Amino acid sequence: MTGSIEAQVLQPYKYGFVTDIEADVIPPGLNEDVIRVISQKKGEPPWMLEWRLRAYRQWLKMTEPHWSNVTYGPIDYQAISYYAAPKAKPRLDSLEQVDPKLIETFEKLGIPLEERKRLAGVAVDAVFDSVSVATTFRETLAKSGVIFCAISEAIREYPDLVREYLGSVVPHNDNFFAALNSAVFTDGSFAYIPKGVRCPLELSTYFRINASSTGQFERTLIVAEEGSYVSYLEGCSAPVRDENQLHAAVVELVALDNAQIKYSTIQNWYPGDEAGRGGIYNFVTKRGKCLGRNSKISWTQVETGSAITWKYPGCILQGDNSVGEFYSVAVTNNRQQADTGTKMIHLGKNTRSTIVSKGISAGRGQNTYRGLVKIMKGAEHARNYSQCDSMLIGDKCGAHTFPYIDVRNSSAIMEHEASTSKIGEDQIFYCKQRGLSNEDAVNMIVNGFCKEVFKELPMEFAVEAQRLLGISLEGSVG
Amino acid sequence: MRGSGKPERESALLEIENLHASVEGREILRGIDLRVNVGEVHAVMGPNGSGKSTLAQVIGGHPAYAVTAGSVLYQGKDLLAMKPEERAREGVFLAFQYPVAIRGITNAYFLRSALNAVRKARGQEELGPVEFMDALEDKLKVIGWDDSYLNRPVNDGFSGGEKKRNEILQLAVLEPKLAILDETDSGLDIDALKTVAHTVDKLRRPESATVLVTHYYRILTHITPDFVHVLSGGRIVKSGTKELALELEEKGYDWLREEAAVG
Repeated sequence: MTGSIEAQVLQPYKYGFVTDIEADVIPPGLNEDVIRVISQKKGEPPWMLEWRLRAYRQWLKMTEPHWSNVTYGPIDYQAISYYAAPKAKPRLDSLEQVDPKLIETFEKLGIPLEERKRLAGVAVDAVFDSVSVATTFRETLAKSGVIFCAISEAIREYPDLVREYLGSVVPHNDNFFAALNSAVFTDGSFAYIPKGVRCPLELSTYFRINASSTGQFERTLIVAEEGSYVSYLEGCSAPVRDENQLHAAVVELVALDNAQIKYSTIQNWYPGDEAGRGGIYNFVTKRGKCLGRNSKISWTQVETGSAITWKYPGCILQGDNSVGEFYSVAVTNNRQQADTGTKMIHLGKNTRSTIVSKGISAGRGQNTYRGLVKIMKGAEHARNYSQCDSMLIGDKCGAHTFPYIDVRNSSAIMEHEASTSKIGEDQIFYCKQRGLSNEDAVNMIVNGFCKEVFKELPMEFAVEAQRLLGISLEGSVG
Repeated sequence: MRGSGKPERESALLEIENLHASVEGREILRGIDLRVNVGEVHAVMGPNGSGKSTLAQVIGGHPAYAVTAGSVLYQGKDLLAMKPEERAREGVFLAFQYPVAIRGITNAYFLRSALNAVRKARGQEELGPVEFMDALEDKLKVIGWDDSYLNRPVNDGFSGGEKKRNEILQLAVLEPKLAILDETDSGLDIDALKTVAHTVDKLRRPESATVLVTHYYRILTHITPDFVHVLSGGRIVKSGTKELALELEEKGYDWLREEAAVG
């Protein structure tokens, strides 16, 4: 019985193919010369190289963190290749120049790059290993002044903007993995929304790891000027491999007065097999800064992939009346481990944060919610609402919750709710006794459990998320 | 023991013979014989632990119960060979003693999914949200609910009485051939009991049958059973008509146990 429930939640990994493409790969190993080569390949200005080297030197003095509730063998940072790019050099302004194999790859992943097939209403930046291969709808966006391009391009084309904000939310020495990323990041997306502009399209980046023995270190920076709005989506996948591959990304968001950023992730990196062989180590630092008054940053994540997930998308609520939100669904099956949650740092007056976390554990999966809510001295009348729900499927998995609350201003109002439930025979039987199939019953129960998070996702992604969990769309009446 | 005086096979909806069932290795049902014909109302009564709920769950197909001997025919077909969802689609409905909650799924969506699963099996067209709401209007009236209950998650935060009433709403919507009500009367106050019982009575159709599993006589004052069976120690120890239920109300169950022990 539980076997069939588990089979329902674990869909076979559909994105495990490898694209056979000649790649330009830097041999494994990390030293200052490797960083110089990366910087040179990207045609970066000297200040960027200096910044990378500073991060690298800091990183050398740091130690890998092991406080999280996950276990894995030592990572040999010298055995990783820090740069891999398809050889046919892509020209970003013309899709005809892109290797057809790459276009085909993204098409297989459901991300068409060709003009006639493009997703309506979504501009896509496609990142393959260490480079961005195409960005769609650039002209449409340019008309409203929105910049959306690969970060390597932004460093060359918009150095002042990048220099002002890069590292302003996640400093180059923030933590071990962020420092490593700062030293070796290869590509990622850059988005800039000018004052008063509501971005006319959903922006999205699709990350694909293809080459073996490589790490992916992307860096994303989004800046929303006064009164602007942007919704950004991020998706990812990787081939099935026996080895563990490291993915250490950094995402920085900056929202100025009255600006709003909505950031959604569907993380579907290869999770490893049933015995826990292979899979991506997803060690990611994501943080947003509500710099301006009345600004708002919303994180929504659906984490179904990766062997190990270590990420805490957070918000620094600096501007008065600013709002931070975190909505998360994390699924661990087989031997997957996830230690994920958020950090809400309240600095400004009347700042508000909402945390809704849904953890689903199946197989021998271990799922940990770890969250910090910190109310600083000057944050008068700050409010936080946290809700952490865990669902267990089977009896060999685990759910853990570590909420940290640090309040330094007595006017704060904090609410915390937590629950753990087990998807059981009785619930399934109840649905079946009303005529629903086993599949529909499980879908319904899991979907209902995640509903509060799914409703925060943009429509295209909500469907994708439900499909990923083996969930049929809940077309709720009324 | 046959529960009916009408032997003609055409009208038999449910035929249980020598049914033995156990849970976690413990035998609960020890040879049940029961025949239910269309148009009939049967009451299955008995003390706590006599196997009443087990009988209901076994007919519904709960996977925790293992049938170790005997047979159950439903409309002449082997019921035990059918999956729970197949039984439901064929018209077997179990009103649960403890209905479970499903968070995040509205009552309306759940009801429509269930109805469409049943309709599909019957070769009827599935109903869209709008058609479904139209079809639902009368059913809501029958149980005296407004549509605010439809947008609430299934049984989530419902009171005991509301949950029971929700079971009856499902009964009304799905229109089963065989309705088994497992202690639907327990935990209801007098007014709620009256409403629920009258609704069940109103929902009776000539081509369907109802089995009321109950501990108490009081629901039978609202729905008159054609037959009353007393379950004790996993067997039906006595069958009769409404008068038997009255006798039980006066004397309790102990005298039957003694009688069964002697006999």
